[in-house]
Amino acid sequence: MKARNSKAAPPDGEAGGFLTLEAIKNGDTITRLSLLVFGLGNLLRGQAGRFLLYIVVEVAYLVYMAVYGFQSLVNMSTLGTVLAGEEFSEELGIFVYTPGDNSMLFLLYGVMTIVITAGFLCVMASSLRSAYVTQKLQAAGFKPPSLGADIKTLLDQNLHKLLMTWPITGILIFTIVPLVFMVLIAFTNYDRTHQVPGNLFDWVGLTNFQAMFSFTATGFGRTFFPVLGWTLIWAVFATFSNYILGMLLAILINRNGTRFKAFWRFMFVLSIALPAFVSLLTMRTIFSNSGPFNILLQQLGILASNQTVTWWGDPMLARVMIIVVNIWIGVPYTMLTTTGILQNIPAELYEAATVDGASPVTTFFKITLPYMIFVMTPYLITAFVGNINNFNVIYLLTGGGPETLEYYYAGKTDLLVTWLYKLTIQEKDYNLGSVIGILVFVLMAVFSLLAYRRSGAYKNEEEFQK
Amino acid sequence: MKSRKFLLNSAAHLVLAVLSLVWVLPIIFALLTSFRAESGSAKTYIIPKAFTLENYTGLFNVNVGGLNYSRWFFNTLLVAAASCVLSAFFILCVAYAMSRLRFTMRRPFMNVALILGMFPGFMSMIAVYYILKGFGFLESGATSLVALVLVYSGGAGLGFYITKGFFDTIPKALDEAAYLDGCTKWQVFTKITLPLSKPIAVYTLIVSFMAPWTDYIFAKVIMGQNRDYYTIAIGLWTMLEKEFIETYYTRFFAGCVLISIPISILFLLTQKFYTDSMSGAVKG
Repeated sequence: MKARNSKAAPPDGEAGGFLTLEAIKNGDTITRLSLLVFGLGNLLRGQAGRFLLYIVVEVAYLVYMAVYGFQSLVNMSTLGTVLAGEEFSEELGIFVYTPGDNSMLFLLYGVMTIVITAGFLCVMASSLRSAYVTQKLQAAGFKPPSLGADIKTLLDQNLHKLLMTWPITGILIFTIVPLVFMVLIAFTNYDRTHQVPGNLFDWVGLTNFQAMFSFTATGFGRTFFPVLGWTLIWAVFATFSNYILGMLLAILINRNGTRFKAFWRFMFVLSIALPAFVSLLTMRTIFSNSGPFNILLQQLGILASNQTVTWWGDPMLARVMIIVVNIWIGVPYTMLTTTGILQNIPAELYEAATVDGASPVTTFFKITLPYMIFVMTPYLITAFVGNINNFNVIYLLTGGGPETLEYYYAGKTDLLVTWLYKLTIQEKDYNLGSVIGILVFVLMAVFSLLAYRRSGAYKNEEEFQK
Repeated sequence: MKSRKFLLNSAAHLVLAVLSLVWVLPIIFALLTSFRAESGSAKTYIIPKAFTLENYTGLFNVNVGGLNYSRWFFNTLLVAAASCVLSAFFILCVAYAMSRLRFTMRRPFMNVALILGMFPGFMSMIAVYYILKGFGFLESGATSLVALVLVYSGGAGLGFYITKGFFDTIPKALDEAAYLDGCTKWQVFTKITLPLSKPIAVYTLIVSFMAPWTDYIFAKVIMGQNRDYYTIAIGLWTMLEKEFIETYYTRFFAGCVLISIPISILFLLTQKFYTDSMSGAVKG
């Protein structure tokens, strides 16, 4: 560690935030002017290469702002004023279609301009730091490094810049810009009656959030709270049923008296081999009205030959079936993960329990379960959070159905995320979808933070790396 | 005492036998149906009356206007190959920077990555869709496959946690020794860290390779009704839609069986490489 630091001459990047403040305080006029004319300090102190890079970025940004950027920020605040319509053209003598403003694109471009501006501010701070570092180097009697030397540092003390640039560009375009855009949509009235192109939508503040929680005729509380309730019930049942049954199965297979352990394990692991969407679609077919399970029941004489059970038709039954199918899919995974941990439980605990005359059921509830829950809490919370967002199971099994008129475009088995999907993709109520997205985020953030803060990897990162 | 133990053991084996039957029967049903000669979905029996291979060969016969399984297969293969290389590149770069390099934005970046991961993944899908449309990626089917690659790998840099954990296990003493010998950080990354990271690199590659095979949501939004450019997952789902189910029911199961074979092999490989990488980079 020491060897590396002493080699790196300019402390560039190590403490960027402090360095920027220090540069404003201690820098000379030229250094401070570098905030306005990027790279000025570098140019006057013999680093023409750096100056060129900085000034190109600055000019490009200013040109962009003058041509598009400033207007796009204005547009973002109004979200468009001109409605699409028809206008009489004197020249042609007919009515001509005029496109009008596109609020959606205005918002998108506005978000992009803000992100670009944030990048520009970073370059601005970097220009100041660079000028200050060069000023100090010159004062100490060193010759400032040339552009070639700068580029070489990208492979050494500035390697992080080389490695992070492309991944961060990807994250900006495909994660951050879309996410900011969708979060902003939650504060507009971009719903089915305000579709672009042709119509405009506008900022409405917190109205959508109020509507989501209100039980009045125009509110969505009557859909939101039942769906939220089922989401939580589903997450609890899906997580714990898989966990406890998987553990019991692992115990059953690993107990001393059981023979052909590898064979039993293979029989269960076989279902993992199917991709999840294949097993879900297969299960949907098996329990469909004319599916093999109904036929099996008919052949066994449990159902009359013309009688069927609509497994996905009744709300309560469909919910139970989803949890049962989820057990079928999830238990083999849990069996695999818990097997190793079960073998780590100290054998003395069990011996002591047997001496005291405890029954197998008592040992399970007093020793095995508490131990396993203690060890696997982070795993459980991750699984719980994953289940809140378990889109595939619901969407591929029931599609959220059975449909009901009590809810606003949601079925009785819809989770918040599948409801979000329906509202955005099918119903085009983007504002409501985005409100749900934000609420799901809050829900997940609470549980994930619990999990993450508890994990040793977060607390003792530096100690762990030897 | 002995007879009680015998009873317990028999009961355990009986339970296991019943349970494994429950777990295996749906798979056997899928296999049987994929070889069934009679077409159509609703049947009053479960075991087929006659067997055929036609469901499998039918998947690869290009019939005009119908559903083209082999085309979907190659679409998915292309997308998966391209996006796994790109994703693995992003992930390895970010993970190394997070694990070994120290710079101002390191902690903030890790926290931001954690927060971003908590939004439902497809919440931003509509915006991604319009961004891709704005860049002109959705004009033709071929470029929308490129768009799909970008969607799968664009934000991959956020999924660096497992790989970072692996890099953390490589002893820093190795790096120190290299620095003393005058290596640059780039040389340490390419000549020391990467060669030691084969299991995690392969793991990252396979995991990113498998994502397009099982993703349903993004592919559906981007491809819409453009059936020629579907990936396997949405293609198979389409086979169960009302207009196709009667003709394609048995072929659907054949398609599922075919796709399950490579994916399960890959899955077993990830397990192997995952356990390998969890046991650390440098043994002993």
